[in-house]
Amino acid sequence: MNRFAYHRAADRREASAAAAEPGAAFIAGGTNLVDLMKENVARPSRLVDITRLPLRGVEELDGGGLRLGALATNAAVAADPRVVARYPLLARAILSGASPQLRNMATTGGNLLQRTRCYYFYDTAAPCNKREPGSGCPAKDGLNRIHAILGASEHCIATHPSDMCVALAALDAVVRVEGPGGDRAIAFGDLHRLPGDEPQRDTTLRAGELIVAVDLPPEGFARHSAYLKVRDRASYAFALVSVAAALAIEGGTVREARIALGGVAHKPWRDREAEAKLAGRAPGLDAFREAAEAVVRGAKGYRYNDFKIELARRAVVRALAMAAAGGVAS
Amino acid sequence: MSGAKAQVGRATSRVDGRAKVTGAAKYAADVGAPGLLYGWVISSAVARGRVASIDATEALAVAGVVQVFTHQNRPHLAWFDRSYRDDDSPAGSPFRPLYDDRVHSSGQPVALVVADTLEAARYAASLVRVAYEAEPHSTDLRAARGEARPPSKLTGGREPPPEPRGDPDGALARAAVRVDAEYHAPAEHHNPLEPHATTAVWEDDGTLTVYDKTQGVLNSLGYIKKVFGLDDAQVRVRSPFVGGAFGSGLRPQYQLFLAVMAARELGRPVRVALTRQQMFTFGHRPETLQRVALGARADGTLEALAHEATAATSRSEEYVESVVPWSGVLYQCDNAKFSHDLVKLDLFTPLDMRAPGAAWGVYALECAIDELAHACGVDPLALRLKNYAERDQNKDLPFSSKELRACYRLGAEAFGWSKRPTAPRSMREGERLVGWGVATGAWEAQQMPASARAALSADGALIVSSATADFGTGTYTVMAQIAADELGLPLEHVTFKLGDSSLPQAPLSGGSWTVSSVGSAVKAACAKVRDRLVRLARLAKGSPLEGARGEDVVLAEGRLCLSSDPSRSLSIGEAMRLGGELRLEETVISAPDLPRQSRYSRSTHSAVFAEVKVDEDLGTIEVARVVSAVAAGRVINPKTARSQILGGVVWGIGMVLEEESLLDHNLGRFMNHNLAEYHVPVNADVHKIDVLFVEESDDVVNPLGAKGLGEIGLVGVAAAVANAVFHATGRRVRKLPITLDDLL
Repeated sequence: MNRFAYHRAADRREASAAAAEPGAAFIAGGTNLVDLMKENVARPSRLVDITRLPLRGVEELDGGGLRLGALATNAAVAADPRVVARYPLLARAILSGASPQLRNMATTGGNLLQRTRCYYFYDTAAPCNKREPGSGCPAKDGLNRIHAILGASEHCIATHPSDMCVALAALDAVVRVEGPGGDRAIAFGDLHRLPGDEPQRDTTLRAGELIVAVDLPPEGFARHSAYLKVRDRASYAFALVSVAAALAIEGGTVREARIALGGVAHKPWRDREAEAKLAGRAPGLDAFREAAEAVVRGAKGYRYNDFKIELARRAVVRALAMAAAGGVAS
Repeated sequence: MSGAKAQVGRATSRVDGRAKVTGAAKYAADVGAPGLLYGWVISSAVARGRVASIDATEALAVAGVVQVFTHQNRPHLAWFDRSYRDDDSPAGSPFRPLYDDRVHSSGQPVALVVADTLEAARYAASLVRVAYEAEPHSTDLRAARGEARPPSKLTGGREPPPEPRGDPDGALARAAVRVDAEYHAPAEHHNPLEPHATTAVWEDDGTLTVYDKTQGVLNSLGYIKKVFGLDDAQVRVRSPFVGGAFGSGLRPQYQLFLAVMAARELGRPVRVALTRQQMFTFGHRPETLQRVALGARADGTLEALAHEATAATSRSEEYVESVVPWSGVLYQCDNAKFSHDLVKLDLFTPLDMRAPGAAWGVYALECAIDELAHACGVDPLALRLKNYAERDQNKDLPFSSKELRACYRLGAEAFGWSKRPTAPRSMREGERLVGWGVATGAWEAQQMPASARAALSADGALIVSSATADFGTGTYTVMAQIAADELGLPLEHVTFKLGDSSLPQAPLSGGSWTVSSVGSAVKAACAKVRDRLVRLARLAKGSPLEGARGEDVVLAEGRLCLSSDPSRSLSIGEAMRLGGELRLEETVISAPDLPRQSRYSRSTHSAVFAEVKVDEDLGTIEVARVVSAVAAGRVINPKTARSQILGGVVWGIGMVLEEESLLDHNLGRFMNHNLAEYHVPVNADVHKIDVLFVEESDDVVNPLGAKGLGEIGLVGVAAAVANAVFHATGRRVRKLPITLDDLL
């Protein structure tokens, strides 16, 4: 672990300014960053502590949405009665991740900024383009059972580890940020990026930009949604494949469908083309299979993760069936 | 002494439980000392080659950093292999930390940064620049299996595979039904909750006390004495509490060397604690390939058996475990052959891990037996009973006791085995296929020489001691129970001391032999004290028991009384006062009765039944319930005994479904070196577990009749679950762990 300066931010503007300096990083719950610092993977020269900022609330938005403060803990969001009633998909996704202890510390904003669990990223004895750009990607020819099958590049095949983000992607959440360059709202699908030739960049955030809230739109798909997480043990494991499925069903027909996957790509993987296969159709296995086929149309395995392509197919079908049936936790 | 008040056989909570949950128990890295220095280990990034250079300039400039030790500036120390050998060394050359510039395995320590705070040491370690000249390495067992060779004759005390008998090849060729399969088991790391740590502290008299995480303080002591040229008067090793070990504490680990070296060089107390990541840089259960070939008559009568193992070891030591002999104690078969070959790889030497050898070997054997049952169309339990071994065929000896039949019967009843449909894929629950599997477990019942001291004071307090270990196994509790019964004392009057090299000699704690060995010594030492006490009471003038015969005196509740007339009694204190003794102390060396024991095969046995539910689409496996029926002699403490078996079953669930140390062969390095990516079972993976004990009366194994429970709970679980997965899905997965991708 390196030495670093510590700064407790008094307000958002000051926090942004402090974090805009090269080498600085925000810290809130620290559930991921501190681990990375212990391993010398993250070496911030300055930590800007934002935990005293008034960003813990969950508030109603005009028009029926809900605003999750960036510092609202994962545990608080998952237990919030409004979230449970109107966005059960989100609550289930959060509760399928980590452990109660971690969820008590981890924040909404921090969850968005989790870094990959790729073995090579986590071990400074190994090359890794995400950690040391240009050093190489041993995962491509190495231990890649947990790696991406969609949207990967020759430089990086890591996956995004969050469950919560998969639900937020499906729900079309909006990320509110404030920064030295001004405030902006980022569509959830535009926050995280694919690795391309800059795998060191997980998101499109600019220097000093502080996530202050995540807005949930009014439509929460409360009647027909499901979060299915497939993993190597029943709890406290990252997803091999996870699926957030949500359906708006009217008169026996799907008016709108949402499908997002975790564990398969460098970002929460939303597939609008697959969703379109369901619109206007009766919910049923044939339609679900078509959608699932569409999801994996461009999938590529790297040997040990080849199975994820078939697993993703089946998981999408299962999650859609669960959603159509009313949804159960997984 | 009335039976109702006996401590042995009574379910008793751990006597050290409160100290552990309140934090009063101090582990090796909890010990402090004025002026304590902290060591931080720098681990090799390459698997093979040499350290070309180490630049510690920046690190040494960090405030608080005292020294950076490397092979270049380490003190002059012992160099012969024999100085580095320990009580659990296999044949070969042990690893010598910081000995020279050679790198033998990825993660090997190449430097130790010592500073006056942990933070300074850790930060400075990040500034040390180590350059390597890497050489081509080989870590892939399958790729290198062509290099497999039998180990040399010097196997470090391990028994070689059994001799062949009959005509195995001919019998296999002629058999009506044949199973010939290969099973793969990965490397696994022990991962006790407490990482390895050593704190070396200077006493006022100039001697060194070393607090070490170990399963044998005397093993650590012997190592330190030889490597650093010290004698018994100069160093003492203590290890009163150990947070799990599972075999990882059987050999002195490199942090012991580093802490003692630094303390001696710097003349200050030093602590070296390993990180979780560094827990993947030394001994492990070795990756192993096994061929099991079985030949049988159409009715399932076993006629031929071959069990052949190919296992990984390091380049410098030949680690051999007993993978292949287990059929000899389980199944009657006149034609059999065995082999165990080694492949030398650029890895750290493997190390005994809970049920070493049996964990892998019984898994493969019991899966093959299940395959044979299926091929013959015979119920797997019926096939096992049909081929039940009445004698140990490897040794051609009768069993001292073997209640395995009762384990099968009682386990099957508790599980409901008779309702099992024979055909796979016969049971379903919604989207999940349900399967039932059975397997057998076996382990050795061994006794080692051990000694113990018992000291009774006039207030009726008994202190019993032995240099043994309690690494969560319940030694403190069980020894106190044994001692209390011998002197008719309430449990709370007994204090058991362990984990101190100044105490009477005890063997390394492993192999399920601690109760058998140390318990026998405790019993004998207390019996001698008891005899002296009774003698005092009988011979003293004015004693209520004056003139009584020794065999007529009983001890209970801290008093001695005449069995025929309990009104004639006196307290322990009165007896000692009358006899003019302030303290009665006896030290006893208890050795196994080898001539008698050599006439028997001595084993523990178990029958394990498992139910799995497999999601047909997603491949996820749930172990819905397990019944483990165990025959291991006499049960001293049903509560800690049950905990041992429960822990073994949970471990078995991890072994069959989750545990695997992932090696990147390009880097020659274990990569999933943390507990987020190295999976062991969590609560949500563990469902109903029933533990049954079938008590055996066995005075051959040791005077207590207790065979030991540390390993048997694990053995057989993986095979029972794997066989249940087959029964559920019709798919044979011949590798561990079985993961969902194997079933898609």
